[in-house]
Amino acid sequence: MAQEAAYSLKTDRTILNFGPQHPATHGTLRLVLELDGEVVVKAEPHIGYLHSGFEKLGEHKSYNQWVTLSDRMNYLSPLCNNIGFAQAVEKLLEMEIPERAKYIRTILAEMSRIADHMVWLGTHALDIGAFTAFLYAFQARENLYIIFEHTTGARLTTSYTRVGGVFRDVPHDFKEMTNNFLNYYPGVLKEVHNLLTRNRIWVDRTRGIGHISREDAIELGVTGPMLRGSGVPFDVRKDHPYLVYDRLDFDVPVCDDGDVYARYLVRMEEVEQSLSIIRQCIDDLPDGPVSYFDKKYSLPEKEGVYDTIEGLIHHFKNIMPGHGFDVPVADIYDSTESPNGELGFYIVGDGTHKAYRLRVRAPSFINFSSFQDISKGASVSDVVAILGSMNIIAGELDR
Amino acid sequence: MAKVTFNTIQEKVSAKFPDAKFETARGQLALFLNKEQLIPVMKFLKKDKTLQFDYMVDITGVDFLKMDREPRFDLVIHIYSMKTNLRLRVKVGIDEADMNVPSLTQVWKSAAWLEREAFEMFGFNFEGHPDLRRLLLPDIFDGHPLRKDYPLRGRGERDVILDLK
Repeated sequence: MAQEAAYSLKTDRTILNFGPQHPATHGTLRLVLELDGEVVVKAEPHIGYLHSGFEKLGEHKSYNQWVTLSDRMNYLSPLCNNIGFAQAVEKLLEMEIPERAKYIRTILAEMSRIADHMVWLGTHALDIGAFTAFLYAFQARENLYIIFEHTTGARLTTSYTRVGGVFRDVPHDFKEMTNNFLNYYPGVLKEVHNLLTRNRIWVDRTRGIGHISREDAIELGVTGPMLRGSGVPFDVRKDHPYLVYDRLDFDVPVCDDGDVYARYLVRMEEVEQSLSIIRQCIDDLPDGPVSYFDKKYSLPEKEGVYDTIEGLIHHFKNIMPGHGFDVPVADIYDSTESPNGELGFYIVGDGTHKAYRLRVRAPSFINFSSFQDISKGASVSDVVAILGSMNIIAGELDR
Repeated sequence: MAKVTFNTIQEKVSAKFPDAKFETARGQLALFLNKEQLIPVMKFLKKDKTLQFDYMVDITGVDFLKMDREPRFDLVIHIYSMKTNLRLRVKVGIDEADMNVPSLTQVWKSAAWLEREAFEMFGFNFEGHPDLRRLLLPDIFDGHPLRKDYPLRGRGERDVILDLK
């Protein structure tokens, strides 16, 4: 009798506001959680706090100017965005970039993937309470950022690619630095594995949390480690090879469990694969030019600018506002595998030097749209774990 | 089983929907539809055993105001098949006078946010969408920023907020 009375007690749902300024959101996004006790009944994401109108700006900037904006999208792996965008424009122009540029792009894209996964690992572990892994991961990332700074001139806003190649060759000691990194890094990975993979607390906080089944993952449209963590072996690098990925020997890690722990394992294994890709590329890095031969599209060498009329004209045509190369009247969708998933660009050209329409298919945006479904029925403390495992980058989410 | 190619898609869709138009450029296949065909064709593309376009990649719009073209808008949809590894671009012309489009949320769940974004940026009215609100911009925002007649600079949104006061 007493028990029955307890069941018929009136209960209210609590509304809990999470973010936009919350240390575990890593950027400005806001969730309104409707709670029944500790259980999430409904999670309503509110996004757009970092909306910067990149797509609109794309219609007002020339193609090479927009490369600088692509840095600001996924600020954990700006090089991947640079490469994805430049590649889409090159496809639109039907341009084949030099071999050396392809290899450099591949190496830097994989390094960015490692850097991105390291930041993800550090902050995700920190959110769930594992502080030490954060220090190891950020130390490793710092090593990569030194290479990025040495190569591109900037740690974060790299803007390294230009349509037709990259804006300058890698420094003379690039190979040496990369090899040092390749020797040092597996040790870090081992330490992280020792810290987390069989750690009882880590496993308890991540196993069986935020589960997505294989069918749901496809239906919800998630990509990247989230999709592969649910057992779908889809990777743009394998299924639609670009740059030199078709010549490389690497695997696509897949885990069938579909929970937060599976996404952790997939990302850790991806880092191993990236290391192997860098190792293969750095060994056969060919010599030669790093930008497209036709100087109507890429900046000519300085000697050419000073000594020849053509060089000077090409330089001015590339640099002066209101000038630049013209793209055909056509449209293209091209995508690359960024650390978070499929990063696609849909570009409509109208015969001028600016895009008529520039659309970014940001992986974080589509991945995050699944949050409402995944977090239903989870407990409040798991919301942070689920959010962390998605690696939502607000710059890319809101564009 | 024979390898599924762009030709297979063209044959299969043309057999069922004879007035569907295709175009191949730069190794990509585009399919042109009108509004009435959109849902039946998309359902067919998803459910067909050979094609199986199970994955929604992107929904967006293009405003052709400055290209002087009729109809003014294009709704551009990209879909992908995990099984055959093929991509398909679907374009639906939409006239400014009638911005209603049937919602694709009944075919792919992941269309929900993409359609909300297309709605706020271009003003497409997706019929049957469960929750068609603004997504990136504040609810009180007026206008559709990615339309070509929306200025890049100006007091557009600030004027909206002042009016509310």
